[in-house]
Amino acid sequence: MATASPSSVPLTRPIRSPGAATRIAFGALLLRDLTVLRKNLGIFVARTIIQPFLLVFVFLFVFPKIGQGIGGGSGLAGESAFAAVLVSGVVGLSIMFQGIQAVALPLANEFGYTKEIEDRVLAPLPVALVAVGKVLAGAIQGLIAAAIVFPIAYAIHAKGVEVQLSVHWPLLITLIPLTSIMTSSLGLVLGTRIQPRNIGMMFGFIVLPITFLGGTYYPWTTLAAIKVGGFPWLQALVCVNPLIYVTEGFRAALTTEAHMPLYVIYPVLVGFCALFLWLGVRGFYRRVLS
Amino acid sequence: MFTHTHGSESNTADEVIRCEKLTKRYTDGNILAVNQLDLSVYHGEIFGLLGPNGAGKTTTVGMLTTLVIPTGGKAVVAGVDVVAQPALVKQMIGVVAQTNNLDRALNVWENLYYHGRFFGMSAREARAAADESLVRFRLAERAKADVMAISGGMAKRLMVARALLHHPSVLFLDEPTAGLDPQARIALWEILDKLHAGGQTILLTTHYMEEADSLCDRLAIMDHGHLLAMDTPKNLKESVGADSIVTVSATGDLDALARLLQERVEGATKSRRLDSTVQLHVKGTTGVLPKVVTAAEQGGYSITDLSIAEPTLETVFISLTGKELRE
Repeated sequence: MATASPSSVPLTRPIRSPGAATRIAFGALLLRDLTVLRKNLGIFVARTIIQPFLLVFVFLFVFPKIGQGIGGGSGLAGESAFAAVLVSGVVGLSIMFQGIQAVALPLANEFGYTKEIEDRVLAPLPVALVAVGKVLAGAIQGLIAAAIVFPIAYAIHAKGVEVQLSVHWPLLITLIPLTSIMTSSLGLVLGTRIQPRNIGMMFGFIVLPITFLGGTYYPWTTLAAIKVGGFPWLQALVCVNPLIYVTEGFRAALTTEAHMPLYVIYPVLVGFCALFLWLGVRGFYRRVLS
Repeated sequence: MFTHTHGSESNTADEVIRCEKLTKRYTDGNILAVNQLDLSVYHGEIFGLLGPNGAGKTTTVGMLTTLVIPTGGKAVVAGVDVVAQPALVKQMIGVVAQTNNLDRALNVWENLYYHGRFFGMSAREARAAADESLVRFRLAERAKADVMAISGGMAKRLMVARALLHHPSVLFLDEPTAGLDPQARIALWEILDKLHAGGQTILLTTHYMEEADSLCDRLAIMDHGHLLAMDTPKNLKESVGADSIVTVSATGDLDALARLLQERVEGATKSRRLDSTVQLHVKGTTGVLPKVVTAAEQGGYSITDLSIAEPTLETVFISLTGKELRE
């Protein structure tokens, strides 16, 4: 190994421009993340499917079978209306879950005691782009999750319950990437701001409230009925929840149900994207640099 | 074990690292970790940062490798300013951290392959480089192994292999042998020695005197963020100005004993009381021990232990700081 072959001569000056090195390294970081995803594909698919499957199984198969009142109690017609509400909610929720899990959980390991992220931070590109690469890889997992979940949510239901979807393609193909990036950016925020040893608590205190108060099981518009002194407090409160804009967006994209106006949904989703990316990149800096 | 020419021939060669008043003050706790460090490392040398824990060695390496942002001064690595162009510096350096920071989601071979890809190798080049590197560092049999399943020595070799894969102009190693068993430590020393013979510039930190002495062309001794001395190990040891160091354990007032021995022992240049011993620097080695025993007994002390040795880097450190550098 002491023989200095021409290929092992140390560099005396950078061989690539910063731009070229950055482009190449960014691509390679994505490649690394997708390789890890491919190696763990079975777990990824199972993790993606389990929650939506259980949701539609219980609500759209078990409940109608056992006559549990749902969908306003108006029999199969009510069930069918609820099915459309739930399917769009479940698609949104799955992207949300995947985005958070795909970014926050690995980061907790990579920031841990051994700092195994360090070799990627030392790749020849700006540190911010290492964080952005994580978001992009997470967003790709969100896209795949959407593609897996959609048929399941659509297909599983009891006889008589009809999932009547009316797909608005321009909305769907813009919302899926937008929400994927937004949720994996949120994953970056959580993964960088929560201490690795506390990452388990993230599910109890952050993911669970987001899920239950995120309009998965009910349209946001119907919350107007819950009032104190004439003020629809719950409807106002859940507006801080990014998931509400995701589920309402998919409701607009997949159903003919009433939904939050699109001129609210899109700007707010873009705003959350920007906010989470900014917070996440800053958090990433704080974790890897001192 | 190793033969190095601890000469000054490298002083005229190219500067690979230059620090000018490099400073890091952590706002958290207002700790001055590195204070106005001036340092030059030249092409082809193994340079050691030697000092106890908390001396500022790791912070210095952090600044030179872009992971720690300096709060003052300047550092240039391979001609690139580390603060102004960190992404560019990263093309030029290889870094072996103190802890095992291998990518646990990837196997041994993949750790090398993807590192190569990060640094712009094509798939074919990275494959070839990873294969070759595994053979070179005697890891080929464990190519498909989980990185958590290999021994500490192997993990360190893999980290060195990874850091060298893109042919950096300088290789940084932070406490490379800390936590390794003696065999793995010697194996790593041999690797570094061969790299050195091949012309690789290396900067390492260590708190092992023996390692610094046998491995490094030049050393910077640090304590509490300050640079105390910088020279070849040989010159540093000669700077103590003594041929032998006598260490005396005795009962009674050791401070007084230290003064007594310096006065009464012929050739004594310096004495110092350490925690539970007295250390005496002596010029000339003949008949020193009997003189020490006689002087101590005449002063009414009873000696419980006595030893004599040549000056070591430990002696240098004690001379500079008045305290021992304990492992």
